[in-house]
Amino acid sequence: MAEKLLEIKNLKQHFNVGKPNLVKAVDGVTFDIYKGETLGLVGESGCGKSTTGRTIIRLYDATDGQVLFNGEDVHGKKNVSELKKFNRKMQMIFQDPYASLNPRMTVADIIAEGIDIHGLAKTKQERMEQVYDLLKTVGLNKEHANRYPHEFSGGQRQRIGIARALAVQPEFIIADEPISALDVSIQAQVVNLLKKLQNEKGLTYLFIAHDLSMVKYISDRIGVMYFGKLVELAPADTLYKNPLHPYTQSLLSAIPLPDPESERTRKRVSYDPSVHNYEDNEKVEMREVAPGHFVYCSEKEFKQYKNAYIK
Amino acid sequence: MEKILEVKDLSVSFQTYGGEVQAVRNVNFDLYKGETLAIVGESGSGKSVTTQTIMKLIPMPPGKIKSGQILFEGKDIVPLSDKQMEKVRGKEISMIFQDPMTSLNPTMKIGRQIMEGLIKHQNMSTSSAKERAIEMLRLVGIPMPERRVNQYPHEFSGGMRQRAMIAIALAANPKLLIADEPTTALDVTIQAQILELMKDLQSKMNTSIIFITHDLGVVANVADRVAVMYGGQIVETGTVDEIFYDPRHPYTWGLLASMPSLENDDKSELAAIPGTPPDLTNPPKGDAFAARNPYAMQIDFEEEPPLFQISETHFAKTWLLHPDAPAVEPPDAVKRRMRKLSSTFDKPVLVKGGK
Repeated sequence: MAEKLLEIKNLKQHFNVGKPNLVKAVDGVTFDIYKGETLGLVGESGCGKSTTGRTIIRLYDATDGQVLFNGEDVHGKKNVSELKKFNRKMQMIFQDPYASLNPRMTVADIIAEGIDIHGLAKTKQERMEQVYDLLKTVGLNKEHANRYPHEFSGGQRQRIGIARALAVQPEFIIADEPISALDVSIQAQVVNLLKKLQNEKGLTYLFIAHDLSMVKYISDRIGVMYFGKLVELAPADTLYKNPLHPYTQSLLSAIPLPDPESERTRKRVSYDPSVHNYEDNEKVEMREVAPGHFVYCSEKEFKQYKNAYIK
Repeated sequence: MEKILEVKDLSVSFQTYGGEVQAVRNVNFDLYKGETLAIVGESGSGKSVTTQTIMKLIPMPPGKIKSGQILFEGKDIVPLSDKQMEKVRGKEISMIFQDPMTSLNPTMKIGRQIMEGLIKHQNMSTSSAKERAIEMLRLVGIPMPERRVNQYPHEFSGGMRQRAMIAIALAANPKLLIADEPTTALDVTIQAQILELMKDLQSKMNTSIIFITHDLGVVANVADRVAVMYGGQIVETGTVDEIFYDPRHPYTWGLLASMPSLENDDKSELAAIPGTPPDLTNPPKGDAFAARNPYAMQIDFEEEPPLFQISETHFAKTWLLHPDAPAVEPPDAVKRRMRKLSSTFDKPVLVKGGK
């Protein structure tokens, strides 16, 4: 398989450490992201998927664990110039296109902020040319540069957010629910744009969402999170055709499909964490059940899953 | 079947500084007893304004009902005063809002919020209203209702709050329940539970439901009939099977095609609907969807399409059904789901004089 761009090793993000209301938002997550792929991260609200994304890009300082970007640790002690280098390679697209753009800045200034910080344009003219190029790339036009965010619709704002992320020519983009706030007809436009940019620029995405049908469409591999832990990680098609972890099965069974006939016959499976019945000394960890298909399980379950695969 | 609600030729406008926004334009639909009608469409299509007008929750001014009738059990509620509407709201018609976080009163105990309507509409005593509140909480699947009834909204999770909202809405046994995106703010697993709960309660109480959503998966799950709205008008309406297996309007095609399918591994580009919804201060001449419609013909830009009838229950507002229109192929993603339905007429019939 392709080169690893990002290695996340035993990442932990705990809030309120040392207080009674300790929250283990991310609790020992390990996965790799390969160059040029899209990794989808799904789970219910509060499962830690957004925190994982934000910790990777160092919006939070990790409690424990490592994030290696091209083999270099992101979370080690860094001076300002080294951090700047990382910030250029990793960018983020946020969920809410209404809250994530400064309403008092023009679109040109929003997009060019990164260009200014990293000194990517030598002259004013060059800066504006870059802005115009970016606007064109995301399907907006030159005239939009001097307007303010409130003059745009949700889909257009999300395009501005994408242009801002692209401005510093990153290699890796974390998209945190980039389409959840948009209308169905506009969602497809934005997803098509993200895919097109990936093909043209060889970008790598971490796509965080709870809309499983969109995640399946855009992702090469999908990770499922539950209570701060990654419970299953597999290629997108495999995960849908052969989900092994009971939580993944329950999540898939809950998605309503746009097909009245299958809806009438649908059986929902609910997940009860006590089905595992783990003993205290049992080691529960991510195990590779089939090539590329990881499940969080005990030794005993591992054997069951393996047998299930043979059938 | 008995009709509980008839909306006839309803138009609602808002007076703004930018001009008059024609949010709802000549909308007609009926609702039968015990059925669920789903209204789908993107934001700004007028689906929320339509239903809020039925509840008369639109602030007037700036809002105004320009024309039309809303017959609830045969009686027009458009001319009713605020005072008279109070007798209808919560008792006959009630509503579940999208956001359970903001639509409950944070300073009032959950039990009190359920009891409010009971005391007002059914002249119940406080103690019997409280009993009923506990019973309602149990009905919507909240554990330990005796304790929960004395808690505040912040002590409830998102899914629980939505259940509490449903309990409030159903406490006085309304005949019509309007649910405005009741599951959009919830996770899929919780969403599935809430939908099951609503269907279960509907079958017990024989309530009619108007369900507003933009999630077509949810529509397929709950609806008996579907109305598709675009630009303040209903562009297609039919039974759930007719809309999903034999859609006729190009906007419905666009909606269905822009969703990726879970079942096939097709990774080709999604058929997005280009452009953005129309500005309803100056609704476009002709068909409102024409500018975004790849199948648009010359006439779509000039004259508003009439309504065509495809079966007893299926209507669509598009020139494509006119006998002189060229035959067009719907997008592949739609063709895959198309099937022949027995109830379809041989030929679309032009409907005279609206309806």
